[in-house]
Formats: sequence, structure tokens, C-alpha cells
Amino acid sequence: MSEKSLPVLTAKDFASDQDVRWCPGCGDYAILNQVKKVLAKVNATRHNSVFVAGIGCSSRFPYYMSTYGFHTIHGRAPAIATGVKIANPDLNVWVVTGDGDGLSIGGNHLLHVLRRNVNVKILLFNNRIYGLTKGQYSPTSEEGKKTPSSPQGSLDLPLTPLSVALAAEASFVARCIDVDPDLAKVLERAANHKGSAFIEIYQDCNVFNHFAFRYATDKDAKEENILRLEHGKPLVFGKDRDKGIRMTSEQKPEVVKLSESGIKEDDLIFHDEHDEKLAFTLSRLRVDDGFPEPVGVFYQMDDDCYEDLLTQQIDEAIKARGVGTLEKLFNAGDVYEIEPSEVPHEQHV
Amino acid sequence: MPTESTSDSHPHQDLLSAVIRFAGDSGDGMQLAGTQFTDTSAIIGNDVATFPDYPAEIRAPAGTVPGVSGFQIHFAAEDIFTPGDAVNALVAMNPAAFKAHIDDVEPGGVVIANEDEFNKVNLRKAGYPEDYNPLDDSQYLTRYQLFKVPITRLNEEALADTGMSAKDVGRCKNMYALGVAYWLYDRPLDQTIKYLNRFFGEKKKLPKVAEANIKTLKAGYYFGETAEMFPVRYHVARAPITPGKYRKVTGAEALAMGLITAGKLADKTICYCGYPITPASNLLHALAAQRNFGVKTFQAEDEIAAVCASIGASFAGQIGVTGTSGPGFALKSEAIGLAVMTELPLIIVNVQRGGPSTGLPTKTEQSDLLQCMFGRNGDAPVVLLAPQSPGDCFDAAIEAVRIALRHMAPVCLLADGYIANGSEPWLIPDPDSFEPIPVKHPTANGQFHPYDRDENLARPWAIPGTEGLEHRIGGLEKQHITGNVSYDPENHQLMTMLRKEKIDRVARFIPDQTTFGPDSGDLLVLGWGGTFGSIHTAVARAQKKGKRVSAAHLRYLHPMPSNLGALLKRFRGVLVPELNTGQLRLLIRGRFLIDARGLNKVQGKPFLVEEIEQAIDLMLADKFGDREYLMPRHHQVKLEDQEYDFAAALAGAAQETHES
Ligand code: SF4
Repeated sequence: MSEKSLPVLTAKDFASDQDVRWCPGCGDYAILNQVKKVLAKVNATRHNSVFVAGIGCSSRFPYYMSTYGFHTIHGRAPAIATGVKIANPDLNVWVVTGDGDGLSIGGNHLLHVLRRNVNVKILLFNNRIYGLTKGQYSPTSEEGKKTPSSPQGSLDLPLTPLSVALAAEASFVARCIDVDPDLAKVLERAANHKGSAFIEIYQDCNVFNHFAFRYATDKDAKEENILRLEHGKPLVFGKDRDKGIRMTSEQKPEVVKLSESGIKEDDLIFHDEHDEKLAFTLSRLRVDDGFPEPVGVFYQMDDDCYEDLLTQQIDEAIKARGVGTLEKLFNAGDVYEIEPSEVPHEQHV
Repeated sequence: MPTESTSDSHPHQDLLSAVIRFAGDSGDGMQLAGTQFTDTSAIIGNDVATFPDYPAEIRAPAGTVPGVSGFQIHFAAEDIFTPGDAVNALVAMNPAAFKAHIDDVEPGGVVIANEDEFNKVNLRKAGYPEDYNPLDDSQYLTRYQLFKVPITRLNEEALADTGMSAKDVGRCKNMYALGVAYWLYDRPLDQTIKYLNRFFGEKKKLPKVAEANIKTLKAGYYFGETAEMFPVRYHVARAPITPGKYRKVTGAEALAMGLITAGKLADKTICYCGYPITPASNLLHALAAQRNFGVKTFQAEDEIAAVCASIGASFAGQIGVTGTSGPGFALKSEAIGLAVMTELPLIIVNVQRGGPSTGLPTKTEQSDLLQCMFGRNGDAPVVLLAPQSPGDCFDAAIEAVRIALRHMAPVCLLADGYIANGSEPWLIPDPDSFEPIPVKHPTANGQFHPYDRDENLARPWAIPGTEGLEHRIGGLEKQHITGNVSYDPENHQLMTMLRKEKIDRVARFIPDQTTFGPDSGDLLVLGWGGTFGSIHTAVARAQKKGKRVSAAHLRYLHPMPSNLGALLKRFRGVLVPELNTGQLRLLIRGRFLIDARGLNKVQGKPFLVEEIEQAIDLMLADKFGDREYLMPRHHQVKLEDQEYDFAAALAGAAQETHES
């Protein structure tokens, strides 16, 4: 991003004058702060940044930013953001959505914005619950979850946002945790990625689903339960970095203890951000199945952006047929001339 | 080469106008034959109006009645406004086409039947009883001038030495039929020959196919000349059309041109976001093919995404347009409400079709008026405009954009399948004759208030990328002036009234409603949209008979012209013909407390002129009584038929089911 407008902005400059109205202790605060910092870091400007959101707690996000913002309707933020980019590809567009907004009512739009590779950054705040409507189970809630709408436990199998994004041909797929400082790093990379970026953020709803991600945030437990991905580096995790993941001969991932029976880091899987299959395998790892859950960038691939290709097609059309003028428009097709009639016309029935 | 002024020995009969219909299987190329007949007629100076009638199912079994495709052309030496009531000449390429269309032919009319196809198999497919052939039925032989022409065989003979496959030869028979029709109506062949050379020869690189089609076209023409089968040829002279440059346009083409023109006039990019739907897809196609005009087209993943993307485009400072038909409009409702709330310009084109639900996708209807007017949650007014003919779509599209940008409001353009697919000659306008569409974007100048308003109550269109005007909009209620989220009760009342008043004030820019005929009298026939032609023609005929009847056609459905209420009250009666069960009538009655009566037809077809004439007569004779509306059936509007006879209809349906 090269903006000539100086002076350089700080995180504070990206705050709007509105009171932030999330519940005290909500994970959204941490994310908001990191986003503002990252915008400052990548030299974004307020006037060229647009935040588009759907409906839900997370979707109030645009009101708290001093950039341009559009709080739209439930699930449709990716479609509206696509229109913004089509109309003006120069804008830096961020989409803020949640597990209900992005994966349930708006699931379709999420798939298509990703597969088209529209250059927007999508932050999916996953708190595994419907917060704004007071605590119903969401598409990422665990099976059997008891909520006001599922007093006997939900019957739905949860889906894994990253697997969905990868299947939808996303060109940048990452996972972060609201309170984890690595969030800023990933956001920065997303901001600099050319194409649609999908970032799932584990977010604590401390009112309706508190501690849903405790395993990934608890000071003592977290390093055993998450695995920080680094491109080109072996998959090592644990507080003492004494565990890793390797591929079995059946091509299945397994957790191994390093130095036990001579297992070295070289025996582990090495992360490759450009390996789509590996990214998918990593997206399937779950704490419940005895794996650490990877965080960081799962997948990244440079590809043409939709809005650029569209602009290109228009340029090509102009090159092939010349700039369309009204004269040309009106006279396309079979034009014929009606000469003034010589014989006065007689009307008779 | 035959030309317009052919002087052969055949007796000629001059006609003021004629209606011909080509009908065949959907694979028989009837739309092409019809289009060519239209183009030729327009070029030699007739006024023309067309009505393509597509089969509902894409792959209805060949040879069956549901698979029949028709194309009707009304061409005349005078001004015409409809594709015609009764058919003067029918070209039926197979028994199914004969069965589907024969009842529309006027008594004494010409029927050219491709007798080769009237074999046992095809007759059975068409649902005729065993051992029955309508071509031998004396009721048809006496009622019509029935000409049996072995089109299939003659076409094959004409193309015998081309070396083409039997299938490819068969596909040329529409041109043979067209040749016969050209001879019968004394039309030149050159336009079609030019077309065939260009389309098959140059574009598709199939010069052999072009050659074969031309050969059989000529063969058909010469058949007419030499066969001595037809007792007379008909001649329809050129119409007293305003001299100038013309082209034939369909409503969809005119809409596309209007949108592109509006973009140029506003110096903005048209961002058209659509999703495939019959009968609105042609608009998406037309615009996608014209990207060199700077138009951006986007095929979205669904109807909702399409309208949302166009709202996004408007937010970003271009002209967001979405197009659809009734079912798609229903899906877009919530997003249109968002555009109302955020007060962004937006154009929604609704090419109406038969409903509810999937309804009759390929047939026309006007039953989305109330959906467009009210079909949103909350009090969410939008502007409603309706073009009245294919060519008028051009002006209506420009007008829609002009209003949307001036008033920062969604504008719904209500076309219908009949207008969008129908065509008429269009006088090519002077590109310099249009008023530019002014656009105001604010620039930073002290504190910016996104919900400030100008004299039209429009809020400022501040676009992302402008330094100093950063602001947030959204679907939550906004505080007057500041645009901050507000739950204040008084503020909500104020904002609701402002949104309404803003749309009402559009009326200040709307011309007074005019009438065809005097602005007072016994009866005003009030219509809107695609029924213009039938109403106009019927009222003209009534006026000729000395009746005190006028017509008014509403282009502005919401808000309505300011003088409309007073105008309506100057007539003793008001008749509202509509292709629905009385939607405009409901609005008129509610708004003006006028006892408007309805003529309502929902058969997937436009009004026949005679149906409106009959209703006018009944109204003038004060025979409408207390009844609210009439429904034409079997081309008849009868007083005793006013209440739909469900018992008879049910019994009739049962009998039909039994028969088939
Ligand atoms: S309900 Fe949950 S997600 Fe919503 S603001 Fe409160 S804590 Fe955050």
C-alpha cells in the first residue's frame, strides 16, 4: 500500500468516535485493537479502507472504525464487498463476519467470494454460538450442545471453517486466536496478500459460550493444544517444543514425541504453505481427536484477482471493438433508413 | 431478385395490416423465421409489433403441444401498437403447432400446413385421436383457406445436391416456409439473404449452410410463384412512419441501451449484477456483450448476491443495477430494504412473468406491482416506473437512473416478458439530444454528516476513497443528520416520515399525467406497462365510434403524477385493465377513493384489443353493476361471466384429464 498522504497514522487514528458496545470481556475487543494496529503498520489510510459486515456481534465492527464502513444484512457482507471491489478495485476492503453470519445464513456467499478470489480480507470471528440472539447453537457448535434452541442437545455436526474455505478454492487461509499476539502477524500477511484472504479467529463469547477455546488460550495448557505453523519449518509443538506431527505410512498424521525412539525433527511434516493437500489435512486436526489445532497461515497462493480480471476483460473488449460511444451503441445492429414518403398516405379501413 | 414492387400476373390484394404467425416445434427455427419476417417488414417501411411465444419447457418432447414455439408479427401500413388479436395467416410446421394455434386464426384466414409432418406418429404426439387428421377435417377446410404444402419434402429436394446430412437439410426448412410467406406477402428476400450470409457465412464460418438456407428460401419463394396454389398475394404498403434512421429493438436490448446511455450521461460505470432467470437473462446477456462501453457485468451466485453486489457498487460510487423476474425479486426484498435504509441509488429491473412461485416462466403477467410496491419489511418506499413498449424501455431506463441519482433512492423498473422479448422499430435518437445526469459527490469541508439532506431530501453520496468523508452506514436505524445508530423513538418516526416524504417528492419532477383523448368524459381507461398497445388501440376504436372514452397510461406508479387524482374525478367511470387480479386498481382505490373497475386477465398472454373494447362497451352501458372486475375468457368478456365459474372450470378440467 503506497499512500502519499502523511503523516503516518497510528492505531488510535483508526478508532471512530462511537462507544464500543460489546460485552465487557468479549474477545472482539482484542481483535479490534489488533486490526487497528495492523492497519497503521501497513500504512493503510482511513479513506481507502472499507469495512463491510453482516449481522451479529462481530458485525458491529465497522461502527468502531474511523474508515468507511457498511453494516449490511445477515450473511451478505461478502456479496456487498464484491460489489464494492467491482466498482472500485483500488479500495482495501475487509469483511467482518461470524460463524452464524458467514457459515450459516451467508454460507453461499462465502464460498463464492473465495472461489472468485475477490481481493477482500475476511475475518470470521468464530465463537461457536449465536451471541447477538442470546445463545443458540451455531454451525460450529459441538454436537450435543445444549442451548435454548437445543435443550436436549444439538443434532448438527459442526463444520470446520478452514476446510470449507480450502474446498472453496481460497487463496489465503489462516487461523488465529483473539488474545494471541500472533494474530497481528497473520493479519498483516493477509493485508499484503493479493486475493481473498480467509482468517478464522477463535473468539471468546464470554457471555454465552465462555471458555469454548480455553484449551487454546489457557496459559498453562495452550502450547500443548495449539501448533504454530511456520512455512518451511517442521510441525513442532508443546511448551517444551518436544512434540511433533509426522505422517504415517498410510499418510495419516500422528502425534509423536521428539527424541523418543530416536524421532528427530527431520522426520516430521514440514509445513508448506503452498501445499493445498497438506493445508486440508491440517485443517482437520482437532483437539478432541488428540491433536493440537494449528494456528497461523495454512495456505497461500498467488493468483489473479476477480476485479483485475474483469477490468482486463473490459480493456480487451475496448481494444477489440473500440471505446463504445452512444453513436456506436445506437447504430449497432440492422439500421435502416425510412425516406420521406412521396405519396401522401391515405388511411382507409 | 424479387423486390418490393413485384409486378407479376398474380392478383394482389392491398391490406392495411396483417398478422402472421409462424409455429412449429421448438427445434424448427420459428423464432428465426419470425425475426427475419419482422426485420424485412420493418426495412420496407411497415410498422411492426411482434410477440414471440416460447415453450415453457426447454426440452419438451419434440412434436408435442408443450414443445411448440411461436412467433407472431403484426405489420401494417399504419401505426400499430399491438402484435394483433386474430391471426390472418398461420404457418404450422407440424400437427402440434396446428393444434396449439389454429383457434387463433380468423375465419377465412390462411393456414399453411407442412403436410409431410402430419403423419400417424406426429398426429399421435400432438394428441389427436387415432385415424384423425385435422387437414382432412371439413370444419377446418370450410373455416379457413387451408393450404397443404409438403415443406419437408420440397426443402429436401431443393437441397438434394448440397451433400449435407439429412439432419442439416431438415434444419433449413424454416427458411423454405419463410420463402413461401415472403411470396404470399410480397416481401423482398435481400434482407434475409444478407443476414444468412453474415450469420452462417461470416460469423459461424459455415458458408455451405448459408448457401443452403438461401437456396431453400428462394425455393420457397418460387414455389409460391409457380405452384398456383394461392389465389391472391397480399400487399401491405409502407406506413407513414416519421422518416429517419431506424432499427428494430427488443425491450431487453432497449433496456441495455438505456442503462449504458444513462451511465454515459452520468459519467459513471453501470455495474450490472444479475443471476440467470427467465425472462430477464437477455438483459444480462445484452450488457455482458457490450463491455467496451465500460459496463461491468457480474453474474452472481444467487439473486441475493446480485442485488447485494449492486448495492456495494452504488456505495462505492458507481451505478448499481440488478435485474430479475418475480421469484428473484422476492429473494432480493431484504436487500432492497437495506438500500432504502442506507438511501443509496439502486436500479432493480423486474421483467415480470406469470406467478406465483415458479408460475409461468416464459409467459407474461403484471402481477408483481404490489410486490415491488410493498414487498419489504417495514415502511420501505421505493420509486416505481413502468415502460409501456419495447422501445420505451430505453427512455424508462434513463429516467430510472436519473431519479435514483437525484433522490438517492432505489428505483424499480417494472417491465414484463411481453415487452422485454417483443420488438418494434426504434427511431435512432441523436446522441447529443440527451440532458446529462448531474451527480453530486461532496468533498471534505468541515464536519461531514452522512444523513444531511438537500432540497429533495436526498442525502449526500460520499464515496469511499474520499479523504475526510469517512462514515459508516448500515441497516440499523440512523440518527437524522449524523447517521449514528439510533434507537430513539422520535427519531425513528422522523426518519420513517423522511424516507416517505423523499419518495413522495419525486412527484415534483414527474410530468402531469396526460390522456389520449379529452381529459374528461364518460370513461377513462387507465393502464400501466405492457398493456399500452391494446388499451390505446381499443380506446382509439371507441373514440372513432364517437364514444367519450379516453385513455391514460401510467409510467410513474410510485409516486403517481400529482394531477392524477383530479383527472380521475373528471370521468364518470374508470376502467383499469391489468394482467393480474387488480393490483393497480387496489392502489387507485386506496389512494383516490374512486370506484375504479377492473378488467383482469391472467392467462400468460397480453390483452386482445377486442377484449378491452368489449369491457369499454359494458362500462359505458353501465353494465358493470356492483361487480368489481371482469375476466375475459375465450376472447369474450361477458357480463354473466363475471364471477368465475369454478364449477364449470373444474368440470371442464376433469373432462380434459379424462380425454388425454
Ligand atoms: S454476546 Fe458474546 S460475542 Fe456478543 S458481544 Fe457479548 S460476549 Fe461478545
